Amino acid sequence: MNEPNLLKSEAGNSQGSESAAVKKMLLILSKATLDSVYACFILANGARMEGIEAEIFFTFFGLEALHKEKMERLHVATVGNPAMHIPTLLGALPGMESLATGMMRKEMEKLDIPGVKEFLEILNASGVKLWACKLAMDMFHLKETDLFDDLDGVLTVGGFYDRARGEGTHLLFV
Amino acid sequence: MDKQISGSAVSVNEEGYLTDLAQWTREVGIEIAKEEGVEMTDKHWEVIEYLQNSFRNNQPLSIRSVGKHGPVSIKELYELFPGGPLKKSSRIAGIPKPASCI
Repeated sequence: MNEPNLLKSEAGNSQGSESAAVKKMLLILSKATLDSVYACFILANGARMEGIEAEIFFTFFGLEALHKEKMERLHVATVGNPAMHIPTLLGALPGMESLATGMMRKEMEKLDIPGVKEFLEILNASGVKLWACKLAMDMFHLKETDLFDDLDGVLTVGGFYDRARGEGTHLLFV
Repeated sequence: MDKQISGSAVSVNEEGYLTDLAQWTREVGIEIAKEEGVEMTDKHWEVIEYLQNSFRNNQPLSIRSVGKHGPVSIKELYELFPGGPLKKSSRIAGIPKPASCI
């Protein structure tokens, strides 16, 4: 990482006009691959660290990241993921996903990135609102008791858009 | 660049972070806290002391590490320094802005 450049770009951002500043991030997590989940969580956490409001809407497979029994068993995709740089057929072999996931977890621990459950607790303590999608819950036959204890609630799509009121709100689909 | 904070001359970077912790005094901390809209209490000072010690021991700072090993929980940290807890507390503590994303 090139630190001087990092600092320069951050200083540049803070000079933006106040009305164009990001005030609230609404993130939609629709996948349960470990890389997608972490991208979403880190963006939400990073927003709070900068004083920006953040909320996450968990929909479709993204609900797995809230599921008490599944959240700690999420995987990196080794098939259909060109960034893995292994042939698709090899990626489909038994054990490949666990291997890749184990390697990714080890690297993340070195960088002080927590596991999914602890990360959800950090997000909750940091004031990130966590919402489950009603339609996806119905589809997967999930109850609120199946999900993370500090969930803020279950919302319809309309209910989620309702939370996007206010200047400086941005929506991001992961 | 140099700046006068509560009677002391200190060097700060373009974002107002002290570039030398040795120039920091409690009065400087109080003055920076005022700029950040933070009124210091004993709990605030406990966090500041923890951050300074971590910095002196070359321990990288993150919200997670402060919540895990520091004197307050993550929730309290956000309550004590609203609107960017690690950024604000580090500036008040006279240490560099943490480059952590966590």
